[in-house]
Amino acid sequence: MTEIIIKNGFVFDPINKINGEKMDICIKNGKIVESVNEHKAKKIDATGLTVMPGGVDIHTHIAGGEVNTGRMVRPEDHIKDAVSKTALTRSGSGYSIPSTFVTGYRYSKMGYTTVMNPSMAPLEAKHTHEELNDIPLLDKASYPLIGDWWFVLEYLQKGDLESCARHVAWMMDTTKGYAIKIVNPGGLESWGFGKNVHTIDDQVPNFCITPREIMVGLAKVNTMLNLPHSIHLHTNNLGLPGNYLTTLDTMRALENVPNNGKPVAHITHLQFSSFGGDGWGSMKSAAPEISKYINNHNHMTFDMGQVIFTDTTTMTADGPFEYTLYQLSGHKWVNSDVETETSGGIIPFHYKKNNAVNTIQWSIALELALMIEDPWKIMMTTDHPNGGPFFAYPKIIAWLISNKARMATLKLCSKKGQKKSLLPTLNRELSLYELAIVTRAAQAKALGLKNKGHLGVGADADVAIYNVNPETTDIANKYKGVRRAFRSAAYTIKDGKIVVKDGEVVENVSGRTMWLDVHTTEKVKVDDDMRNRFKQYWTVEFDNYPVYDHYLKVPQAIAVKASI
Amino acid sequence: MITLTPLKQFKYPVYAECITPDVFQGKDIAEIANLPVNEGNQVKNLSDLFKIEEDNAATPTITINGDASEVRRIGIGMKNGEIIINGNVGMHLGEKMVGGKITVNGNAGQWVGGGMKNGLIEIHGDAGDYLGSHYRGVSEGMKHGVIVVDGNVGSDSGCYLRGGVIKIKGNAGPFLGYHMSDGTINVEKNAGPRLGANMIGGKIVVGGLAEDMMPTFTIDTSKPKVKIDDTQSAQGPFYVFLGDLAEDGKGKLFISKANNPKLKFYEKYL
Repeated sequence: MTEIIIKNGFVFDPINKINGEKMDICIKNGKIVESVNEHKAKKIDATGLTVMPGGVDIHTHIAGGEVNTGRMVRPEDHIKDAVSKTALTRSGSGYSIPSTFVTGYRYSKMGYTTVMNPSMAPLEAKHTHEELNDIPLLDKASYPLIGDWWFVLEYLQKGDLESCARHVAWMMDTTKGYAIKIVNPGGLESWGFGKNVHTIDDQVPNFCITPREIMVGLAKVNTMLNLPHSIHLHTNNLGLPGNYLTTLDTMRALENVPNNGKPVAHITHLQFSSFGGDGWGSMKSAAPEISKYINNHNHMTFDMGQVIFTDTTTMTADGPFEYTLYQLSGHKWVNSDVETETSGGIIPFHYKKNNAVNTIQWSIALELALMIEDPWKIMMTTDHPNGGPFFAYPKIIAWLISNKARMATLKLCSKKGQKKSLLPTLNRELSLYELAIVTRAAQAKALGLKNKGHLGVGADADVAIYNVNPETTDIANKYKGVRRAFRSAAYTIKDGKIVVKDGEVVENVSGRTMWLDVHTTEKVKVDDDMRNRFKQYWTVEFDNYPVYDHYLKVPQAIAVKASI
Repeated sequence: MITLTPLKQFKYPVYAECITPDVFQGKDIAEIANLPVNEGNQVKNLSDLFKIEEDNAATPTITINGDASEVRRIGIGMKNGEIIINGNVGMHLGEKMVGGKITVNGNAGQWVGGGMKNGLIEIHGDAGDYLGSHYRGVSEGMKHGVIVVDGNVGSDSGCYLRGGVIKIKGNAGPFLGYHMSDGTINVEKNAGPRLGANMIGGKIVVGGLAEDMMPTFTIDTSKPKVKIDDTQSAQGPFYVFLGDLAEDGKGKLFISKANNPKLKFYEKYL
């Protein structure tokens, strides 16, 4: 395998505390190494360029049942963004929900190398992995939805955490998953009966259990299993005015979970959980309340869920929330109930600058990112495609690093929204070092990916090089140049191969699919009762249910030793 | 002025986005001959499929003489000028057109004037389904402009209509004005079933028989005549129905009294 040396770049590697030092990065056999033979190695002259670890996205809906249904209901989304094939790349289409290959190419062009698909109904696991197999140039993993899984609810109701943990370990193997995803805990099961839960202490129908018990129980299970990521949580009451109180309750409820020094939960797309006011008319930002709590506590991590002003498609397992959106927009609506496992909904949605609520939403996410002091706690996402398509990330980067960019956009927004925005009071501007934290380092650290998100010796050789000179450029003033640079990376290196050069794909490689192989002392017993349950309640036979190893094109099992 | 004559009877669909006055304008005949068109899965030059002739008139007009029923997307997005087709024409004629005029002396395929923003389309024959309608999945059909059809139209005409006028001198198929929210449709003869389903605004005038009346429409009043546009009004008397109530809609159906005796029982609710 070829050796590569990246010479003289300004390296930003927050995990190893390297802040813009001019240094060489050496790559051999797909790993970062101390040194290579300079005569033999391929040289990349990175003089005057910014070198960062490959980007990591902790939350982006790129594959699976709901994504594909979204593609089917939105032909108009495809006609406006068709991509032709080239000698190297395949054709595709889709603006807010790109097809699999285009997803891979577009992420890679922005310097991303690892992405996480956050919502996989266990029944859709095979489908999800088939799509992930087709996404090139990226390492991927998927989080199974376990928060409303019948078996888990039953174990938690009985208080049998150990059995629950063994069951979750089995689920990770069965679905080839990476983390525990909880969406609107209790709400999805209630949605099967046309209801929802509105506080974390509401009862879930037929299970005598509350969202609080589900979240705390699964957080404890997560700790028992030593899973690399924490529980990945989409809060109750998401997207409703005044829901920040529920979010605060949720964060308080998880304060006392034992954690081995790691975060116990990751609240995703925090923007959608930080609405103040008590109706759409009086809706306002609750970023001050939320960020104040987060600045004083260290037990959780978060991502932004930035809204982009564009026509996008919302899709989530949170069926009741999508019903609320349907009532607001009257747009075409998909509602689904995935048997006993979860629910789902899809609504096309156009975030408009002249809409006060959309403006406030846009503002909330940026307020959170700026008001939360520690960049390791809040990561950059759009919750693709819910807040906007992922290839709008360079826009968010510009807003984060430049007050001028924020004001330029805010000026075009609804007057009512402008009045409620707190952005004019915030003049923090992220440095490139902090930007490297929110776009890769913090995400890799929160995910427990030891070889990702940094450029230390032994790390995977996933590198992104951008055409930004931190010495000569005032990034806050020249944000447009930075935005352009992050839109098309000068180089993206994946596993030691140059896959993108000057924003064009130059080599095709298949990424790996990571999954957790959790070793518990005692395995879960697949007994007759479980098989009967499947016979009774699932449309799929038990033996056809698991995702077997051969389903993954390039599997990478990550062994985890559980403490039970 | 350019005249195009098909060199053969097309067996496969021909996608000819380039046939618009805007593209032709300012090009000499050799440049026009080299414009790309798709025949089936092959990219060809316009001159491979059509005989191209130019006369001296400086008007930005295109005439097509002959059967173009497999030729699609003629006049797509055109802004000005005129296209005259002496023969039948295929799908997506004048889709998203912004201005100008298209005349068809023959029949037209589906999606005539789909999502058109302005302009005039006259069809002196029949038109297919989805006349003045929307692209699949989009919630916006025709916005402004006028479409006149001398013959009959297929189903789903005026789907998601957002404005403009569609005048149909013959019969209309099912689902006329489905989900329309503004604009006017005038059918001088009969209209098929599910008339105005899901409409939330605008008006549909039926001079002949309305095949059925959806239960989600309620009778409002009766009127002796109704205005179609600035130049034309239709003579009644008409029953006026409001709906579609399933969508909380405020659309109006004007149904001829004389030709719909079966709707007489509604009169007791007036």
